[in-house]
Order: sequence, then C-alpha cells, then structure tokens
Amino acid sequence: MTSTATRPRGARARAAIAAKTLRTDRWWLAPLITVVGLGAWVAYATVRVFMHKWYWVDQYHYLTPFYSPCVTDRCVEASSHFGSFLPGWWIIPDAALTLPFLLLFRLTCYYYRKAYYRSFWLSPPACAVPDGHKTYSGETRFPLLGQNLHRYFFYAAAIISLINTWDAVLAFHSPKGFGFGLGNIVLLVNVVMLWAYTISCHSCRHIIGGRLKHFSAHPVRYKAWTGVSWLNVRHMQLAWITLGTLALTDFYVMAIAAGWFNDLRFIN
Amino acid sequence: MGTKRHFRVWRGDDSGGDLQDYQVEVNEGEVVLDIIHRLQATDAPDLACRWNCKAGKCGSCSMEINGMPKLGCMTRMSTFEENETVTVTPLRTFPVIRDLVTDVSFNYEKARETPAFAPPAGVAPGDYRMQQVDVERSQEFRKCIECFLCQNTCHVIRDHDENKHAFAGPRYFIRAAELDMHPLDARTDRREYAQAEQGLGFCNITKCCTEVCPEHIKITDNGIIPMKERVVDRRYDPLVWLGNKIFRRGQVPQTFVTSAKHGDAVHSHGAQGGVHSHAGDSHDPAAEAQAQAGVNWHREVPKPTAPAVDDNGKLPLTELTFDRAAAPSPFGDDVTFPLPPEHLNFAHPEQDKH
Repeated sequence: MTSTATRPRGARARAAIAAKTLRTDRWWLAPLITVVGLGAWVAYATVRVFMHKWYWVDQYHYLTPFYSPCVTDRCVEASSHFGSFLPGWWIIPDAALTLPFLLLFRLTCYYYRKAYYRSFWLSPPACAVPDGHKTYSGETRFPLLGQNLHRYFFYAAAIISLINTWDAVLAFHSPKGFGFGLGNIVLLVNVVMLWAYTISCHSCRHIIGGRLKHFSAHPVRYKAWTGVSWLNVRHMQLAWITLGTLALTDFYVMAIAAGWFNDLRFIN
Repeated sequence: MGTKRHFRVWRGDDSGGDLQDYQVEVNEGEVVLDIIHRLQATDAPDLACRWNCKAGKCGSCSMEINGMPKLGCMTRMSTFEENETVTVTPLRTFPVIRDLVTDVSFNYEKARETPAFAPPAGVAPGDYRMQQVDVERSQEFRKCIECFLCQNTCHVIRDHDENKHAFAGPRYFIRAAELDMHPLDARTDRREYAQAEQGLGFCNITKCCTEVCPEHIKITDNGIIPMKERVVDRRYDPLVWLGNKIFRRGQVPQTFVTSAKHGDAVHSHGAQGGVHSHAGDSHDPAAEAQAQAGVNWHREVPKPTAPAVDDNGKLPLTELTFDRAAAPSPFGDDVTFPLPPEHLNFAHPEQDKH
C-alpha cells in the first residue's frame, strides 16, 4: 500500500560520478595565464625595487613610480620630494613608505583575490573543477579575515595616487625650465590609469554611494556611484592595464636614466 | 535533416550509477533538453529529468553539460562540434534522487531560514511607495529563477559538503542583499545575519556563481561584495570598533522582535526531528539572551515538507503504480491549505502588541 503522507527522509548520497571534472574546454588556460602574468610582473618589480639605480632622470625630472616617493639616504637629492629619512640599507626599498600599502591594496583587491585564489591557491582552479584542498574555511579566519581591511588600503592608495600625480606634474621640466617629452605622456597615461584602477575599487564604490539605502535622497552621491559603477565593471581590465603601465613607465624611465635611448622631446 | 550525435548521460540513483552511451538524432535549432526528451521517447523511456518551461524562466532543468552547470533548455546543440561527445550529469552538489533529478531541498531550508521582508512601521500594506532609483538594485536580484546553478557551482559546498550547515550560498546572499538594499525593508540586521548565520565569510569571491547565472545577475559584484563591505562597516572597521569601545555605543540596533514563543508553534508534521534552529543545535546562553532581547535568529522554523513517496522512497509517477487516480500532492496528502499562520516563517513587527 502506497503511503502518501509526508515522512522524514534519510540523508541521500550525491551522484557517484567518477571523473573529478567533466569539463572539456581549456579551463586551465586562464589560471595559467594569470600565474605567468603575475609571476613575471612580480619578478620584474622585485628586481627593479632592489636595484637602487636608474630611477631618476635628472635632466627631465622623471621619477619612476617604483621609487616614489624616494625616502632613503641613498636617494638622489632632487628625486626625494618628501625628504630622505630612512637608512640606505639595501633591503629597504627606496619607496618603503608606499610600496607595502600598494602591495596590500592589490593583495586585498576583490579582483586580484579572485585571480590568485583561482590560479595560485587552486580554490577552485576553475568553475566546477574541484578545489585543491581538503578543508576550506574561506575568509572566516586569520589571516584571510584581514581581506576585510581592503578599504583602508584603498584610502592609502588614493593618497599614493596623489603623490604619483604630483610626480607627473613635476616632470614637465627640462634644463631650460618647462619641458615636455614622450616620457611625460608615459607618466601621465600611467597616472590616469592608476586613478581609474583606484577609483574603480569595490570599496570605493561602496563608500561613494553603495552603502546608501535611499539613492533618491542623495542625488549627487548616486551620480558618483553610477560613475564608479561604470568603472568598477572594468576593474579587472584596469588591474591588468595598470600592471602594464607601471612596468612600462618604470622601464622607460630606467632606459632614459641608463642612457639606452634618448627621450623624444616635443618642447625643450 | 538531423545527424546522429554521441551522448553520455549519467543514469542511476543514490545507491550508484554510471555514464551510459547513446546515439541520438539532433536537428537544427535544438537544445540539450530536446535531446533528453528524444532520449525519453526512444532509447531511455525511464530517464528521469526535471523540466517545465523550456524557456529559461522556470529554473527546473539545471544539469551539468560537459561538466559545466547549465540549464538544459538554454544550451544550444549548435555550440558543440558535430563529432563532440556531450556528457550530461546531474548537479553534483545535491543528493541525487534519480538520473538527472537531484534533491535541492538544501536550498529551500536556507530560504526558510532567511528572515522575510519586514514591513515599515506605520505604513499600511497598500500604501507602500518607493522610487524606482531606490529599488533598482533589489530588482536585479528579483530576476533570480532559483535554478540553483550558483549554489551548485559554489566550491564552498560543492567540494566541501561539511560547510553546508554554515553556508547559505550565493542565492541567499543576494536575497539578503536584496532586502538590505530595499528602501522599505525595516530590518537593520541583514548584514549581521549574512555574516553570522549565512556564512558570508566563506565566500572567497571566485565568481563562479556569476559565471553560471542564466539570468546574468552580477551576483558577486552587485550582491556579495556590497554585502561584504556592509559587514566591514559594522564588524571589521577598526575606527568604528574603537568608537564603540570608547563611547560604549550599543550593539546593533535591534528593532524587530521575532518572538521566542515561535518555538512551540512548529510544523506538526516535522515531529521526527522536523524542527530545526538557524544555528543548528545551539544552546548557547548568549543566543538565548539574544532571543529574549531582540531578533531571534535561533528561533525554530518549520522544516520543509518532504514529497510523498512510496515504500521504496520513490514518487508514484503513474496511476499503474499508485493506488488512486491523479497525482499525489507534492506537499503530502496530510498537509491542508491554508496552512495555520504559526507554520509560516514570518514575524510581524508588531506581533507582540496583539
């Protein structure tokens, strides 16, 4: 006799599917590109940060963003716009005040988190591909709980972007006074992209207006939120573009400083 | 004129199963669900599959096609090469009932645990007014068709079944976000709820939920990350924490009371362990104190009713195997409607005054 009354049900098992993943596309390609791209960039940046030379073009006042602001005793006097007060021990980066915050800003960035959790930590390497770890507690415990501090690194990054902007302004210089060359365009593009990346941050989107419950009561903040949201959609692209512009700017300044080629000058 | 294509479909139930090979005709313009139907009409008349609208709006035909969680009705056969083998398996994260049908009641339990919309004080139903610009963000999340592809693909529970108790999943994070952003929702503790009870911290924003969403809801960018930021506002903001310590500011404003008397008004059919609490089996005195003082997340809510099944644990599908005409009630024949009000998971803000 069939009973149609509701009854408590025992725990059922999942489908016994032998294959770990049945994905047939190249799901490993995106994490691989991320590993190669981030790995190459970090290697380049580490070498440059501890090189301690070719960061300043005295003739045109070009300063690479990797050494801005230059605050150790080692710094060329003209390049340290904010004074030099740290010892010149080789392990201390010349921009020791800013680099840690920039690193933490990008480490806790919602886009980079996705990128490195997937590609370096394999948690998960791709959608519907098994996690590479036996247990998982996500961002509920130390140290990953610290990802919640992202907005403070955002504040720091905004200040550092101001410093980078100041560097780009000071670089309109030549021995004759005002000057303008290809290096200025490189520095300016870099600064604009850095601002775009910084402003498109998810924490910024929240602070600007995302936290409001009634947009209609705050029309200006709503407008600003709409603008930040437009940029925020492109946060991933901006994250990669700024890695590119940072490395390119640094390389350009290094090449000019080392005399590998000459800056293309438009005015003076 | 159709071509014969190679399909592998997982057949079996909770006691085991495997992938079986089929050669099926495929015609121009067809989707994977059409092929499943053709299989039922030809080689595999007993192949179990849930479906309803065939238009990507009911969220029934969730399955994994070549390993990716997708809707069968929205996956065109033209996206595969002609000589490509198409593998169709049930959702991995949920217990299987038979073939492509899984038991998704995990999601309904989490849905019941999420506190419902709290109406604003002093506004009668029917007088609710809001501006489009205010409600727009919540409306994006209302597009959800509850196909549970996001829940299925989320590695937090897909690869770690033990997290199911503590983790509600992306679908319920956007539910919490929808209500937290709603201009008329009167509760102020949605973010605390998301953090403490739904397990928002488990999410490591790898965005697979957004990738598989057939409604293209930006689950991560517009739902989960804003909720994480709102939690930061309250919990991880050292300045706020310091301010609270210095000025001894109170805890979260708790304006709504879900009465503890809910505890004895439970679903009568949940007699055998049918009653559960949001926090599991918490007998924590702090939780008790909270239950007395304000919002009671640990209140007991009725368990969802299980479908009526026969002695083998199967639904009687035809009149041949059933002892009466027509289909049985999916709620069980012993459930009558309307349900008594105390069986509903809803707390009126002023219920204690009446």
